[in-house]
Amino acid sequence: MAMQGSLQKKLLHTFAALADLGQEIAGTNDFEEMVRTSLHLLLGTLAIRKGALAEYDEAEQALKFIVVRGLGLQLQEEIPVDEDDLKSLTSLDSQGIAISAEDTHSNQFLKNHQAQFDFTRFELLIPLVVRGRLTGIILLGKKASGDSFSGEDLETIHAMARHIGVGLNTHRLMAELERKAEENRRLYDGLRAIYKDTVRAFASAIDLKDKYTQGHSERVGRYSEIIAREMGWSDEEIEGIAIAGYLHDIGKLVVERDIINAPYKIDAKKSSELNRHPAAGYEILSPIRHPYADIPLMARHHHERVDGRGYPDGLKGDEIHIGAKIVNLADSFDAMTTDRPYKRRRSFEDVVADFRRNTGKQFASEVVIPFCYAILKEMEGQTKERRIMKMLGRDYLNPERDIPLLKDLIAELESEALSASAGNA
Amino acid sequence: MAEMLTGVTVRSRVVGGAAVVYASDYLNKLSGERIERECRLQLEAGRRALVVNFRDTELVNSIGVSILMGIIDAAESVGAQLVFSDMSAQTVELFEMLGLTRFVALAKTEAEALATLSGFAAASQGSGH
Ligand SMILES: [Fe+2]
Repeated sequence: MAMQGSLQKKLLHTFAALADLGQEIAGTNDFEEMVRTSLHLLLGTLAIRKGALAEYDEAEQALKFIVVRGLGLQLQEEIPVDEDDLKSLTSLDSQGIAISAEDTHSNQFLKNHQAQFDFTRFELLIPLVVRGRLTGIILLGKKASGDSFSGEDLETIHAMARHIGVGLNTHRLMAELERKAEENRRLYDGLRAIYKDTVRAFASAIDLKDKYTQGHSERVGRYSEIIAREMGWSDEEIEGIAIAGYLHDIGKLVVERDIINAPYKIDAKKSSELNRHPAAGYEILSPIRHPYADIPLMARHHHERVDGRGYPDGLKGDEIHIGAKIVNLADSFDAMTTDRPYKRRRSFEDVVADFRRNTGKQFASEVVIPFCYAILKEMEGQTKERRIMKMLGRDYLNPERDIPLLKDLIAELESEALSASAGNA
Repeated sequence: MAEMLTGVTVRSRVVGGAAVVYASDYLNKLSGERIERECRLQLEAGRRALVVNFRDTELVNSIGVSILMGIIDAAESVGAQLVFSDMSAQTVELFEMLGLTRFVALAKTEAEALATLSGFAAASQGSGH
């Protein structure tokens, strides 16, 4: 009776430890804590006074001790592991090997390292092997009772060792995943930085070719960005539209320089040559794997008009990519507000009149209205930075005069848009 | 008789030349390492008589056993006397089953433990304070 009671207690003690171990390995995020607790559980279950647990570091090909108990010192040792060792350890497949009983020469790993690492301090060596891969080892000393390990004890040890091996493996997989993700992130950031530098270099090359419109591409990029932000686009999409703005005229790189730089209005023949630039831009940009969507399309369609009279494809209304509509507006706005070889820039009053006349013909009201709001907000001092006003130069806008103009235009365009959508419904 | 709090949770006090450390509920978790650390600190401070009091410890699990073995190691390594007091009957049974009673003396109460140790503590600690 007493025997049976004590056996039950022993089983209960072991069972509780196994349950705790399962919880610990599944439940904790702190790897070091998990490993320490695991070794405590294993040692405490059978009252083993000495123990050590090492993780196998695949990259450095070494077993690194993480926790050591009962040796009266902290083990900082590492055991280098070569191919032979690996074979010898994984072949044991989580089955322990009795060190004292073992002729150490029969085990390659023990034979290789006995001189530098005194394995005789321990009784058992248990390799932790998960799906054929070594994840670590556990070394165990004698039981406090002085009894040798029973078959049951060994079963308990192996069950716990398997759990711990899985815990180590999970940790390794997570660490690998993290490292790969970090690597990818860095690679991606690097590529993006290179891409952006290249885009900027292109933009200045485009503008250099067109000596009267210095800084045009960059300003179109910035205006496009401002419009898209006002429209509530995500940061990622805003970066994309800025790039499209920078590159919208890239096709001009293949159009004759003297046509672009003609100091007079060019004739029809030359004009059709110049009109090749959106399609040419599309050809240049298409083979490139941009980190943002639809860049080539936005370049191709930045001279399309919502009334269908644009080029190169004569698209109408919603057939035109929304990004191309933004770039078109930004492009036209910058053309109107900077001096050109054949004419001086127009007053803001004129620009507002142009917007009024051409919304629904050249421009889409869905982009004109947000742009007007963006300009209005800057004039009313609602924004931290005055990016538009900076690009336009100090005295171009006159809030007192221009705010009412913009408000009238916005009201007009909004009521038109409202009645148009009511008409559609 | 100086009662003091060490760290956040481990209670201990010094009685004559002996240190009494209270095992509490923290013993059965990784936080139990703090109890082991407290015992080591007492030994490092020169005390050669140590009582671990289990009055607030219902049951000892495997983690607790491992930590107590650590305390036994620490005491053995400096030749200090170690007594566990106020253990529940279940814990005593567990200790017997695991063969740990060979390495540590058990006492029913803290007072009994201190009485056992007093001669030894006085001898190793001198007059104390
Ligand atoms: Fe253009």
